[in-house]
Amino acid sequence: MSPDSTPTLRPNYDVLAIRRDFPILAREVFGKPLVYLDTGASAQKPRQVIRAMTEVMEETYSNVHRGVHFLSQACTDQFEAARETVARFINAPEADEIVWTRGATEALNLVAATWGRANVGPGDRIVISTLEHHSNIVPWQLLRDETGAELAVIPVDDAGEVDLDAYAGLLADGRAKLVSVTHVSNSIGTVLPIREMARMAHDKGALFMVDGCQAAPHMAVDVQALGVDFYCFSGHKTYGPTGIGALWGRKALLDAMPPYQGGGEMIAHVTFEKSTFKAAPHKFEAGTPAIVEAVGLGAALDYIEAVGRDAILAHETDVAEYARERLAAVPGVRIVGHARERGAIVSFTMDQAHPHDIGTIIDRAGVAVRAGHHCAFPVMERFDVGATARASFGLYNMKSEVDRLVEALDEVAEIFGR
Amino acid sequence: MNELRELYQEVILDHGRNPRNFRRIEDADGEAKGDNPLCGDRVHVFVKLDGAGGLGDVAFQGRGCAISTASASMMTELLKGRSEAEARRLFDVFHAVCTDEAFDPLDVPEEFEDEADRLQVMAGVRQFPMRVKCATLPWHTFAAALDGKATATTE
Repeated sequence: MSPDSTPTLRPNYDVLAIRRDFPILAREVFGKPLVYLDTGASAQKPRQVIRAMTEVMEETYSNVHRGVHFLSQACTDQFEAARETVARFINAPEADEIVWTRGATEALNLVAATWGRANVGPGDRIVISTLEHHSNIVPWQLLRDETGAELAVIPVDDAGEVDLDAYAGLLADGRAKLVSVTHVSNSIGTVLPIREMARMAHDKGALFMVDGCQAAPHMAVDVQALGVDFYCFSGHKTYGPTGIGALWGRKALLDAMPPYQGGGEMIAHVTFEKSTFKAAPHKFEAGTPAIVEAVGLGAALDYIEAVGRDAILAHETDVAEYARERLAAVPGVRIVGHARERGAIVSFTMDQAHPHDIGTIIDRAGVAVRAGHHCAFPVMERFDVGATARASFGLYNMKSEVDRLVEALDEVAEIFGR
Repeated sequence: MNELRELYQEVILDHGRNPRNFRRIEDADGEAKGDNPLCGDRVHVFVKLDGAGGLGDVAFQGRGCAISTASASMMTELLKGRSEAEARRLFDVFHAVCTDEAFDPLDVPEEFEDEADRLQVMAGVRQFPMRVKCATLPWHTFAAALDGKATATTE
């Protein structure tokens, strides 16, 4: 975070009270209190989410949009209310612009498979960045191979910031049809200048899609203010359940896109000669959806809003910057990624030990980090590391947990040398 | 000795820091690349036959954790001079060391007594199921090289 955009810490952010909402945080691992620093991979779940999902199954569960009976109506109401919650959460103009998916991966694949096949041809260009998760690379490679389009990559500098001049160069000839980038890098924490990048894309006639997985749980997201065309995120990274996520797209785009998968729920009428489809978002939602999970995601977003997104951002920034400071002081530790605007992710290597060995050793001290390539091979290549250890923070983490991480690294030095 | 110290024994740390036969064999008779998609570790194993049915030289290159590097390093030392058949039987012994809770060095065929003793330092991975693949990747890659396959993977 640059000094001028550093959010103000709220004195009344009660992290201990928040932690009590997350039952798993009370457990021990190898006899030590759990220090969970892997929220970037998947966030833990508050009681409010667990309870909401249990309540649906115990009290109102039924299939949605089907029956005329009481439960079907009640469950449909909850399911659609969750869609409205998602719309409000990212300030989408209409709930009908929210498509349920299994997660961000499916959302990206959906856009590639529907909008992409209908709109991309030979000679067209799709633009992504070096910082992308594999889920925002591979769907476009598949589309490229199918359509003869070109896939171009915006480079990043040594700090891990995207090269906007190079980006402008990729847009200049007007062949770019879509730019799809992450909002926050999952591997090194860079926050991309989405608003500016979207404006640049639109100036050259390209659409703009954002993978918001690492942003939605951590900061306020306003798709209208960002000026983007598609935005997606995963439920399980926003303190909600697995198997659910959301895609937002501008209504006119969704309406013009062909369906994704075929099946029940997405059709208006079916004969053996021809089927007609429902309007968006339902035409993209074939089959019985993840009903309980959708309600759980709604509860998770309500929880985030109740804590307060500015407060969460301020708290997490405080903890993550403390982690950068403390880790940088550990002999042999190198932090990968020094973007001025950065999220609550700190990726590092240690001269003495491979990240995998670091992960194993500190695990025995109860500290959970991700060790590996973070599904971002190109980032690892760019910074010439095979892998990193990554501490990623959530709304429940504390500075004292950073201290536990640093203490645990001492054991690594004890074994591998200082 | 706690489980971590058992895993990261001095022998392993030494092979991890100073891997033996860490080089290419330019005129290799067989070579294969192994990767562990889970962690991104990669190993490239080279095999040179001695013309009499034996392994004249075995070497490797790659980037990985202490466990995979040490395992590859020790493997190259143990395989040199062995016949192909012996090498494959030795792989079985190694696999048992890494995965079989009931493994007893005394049950090992006499021909491998010394090797089993040396491999015993790898037994620590049994307590770390997520790390067994780190130890076995170089051996799977070696087997792929023998079989004329270009690649091996842990998945």
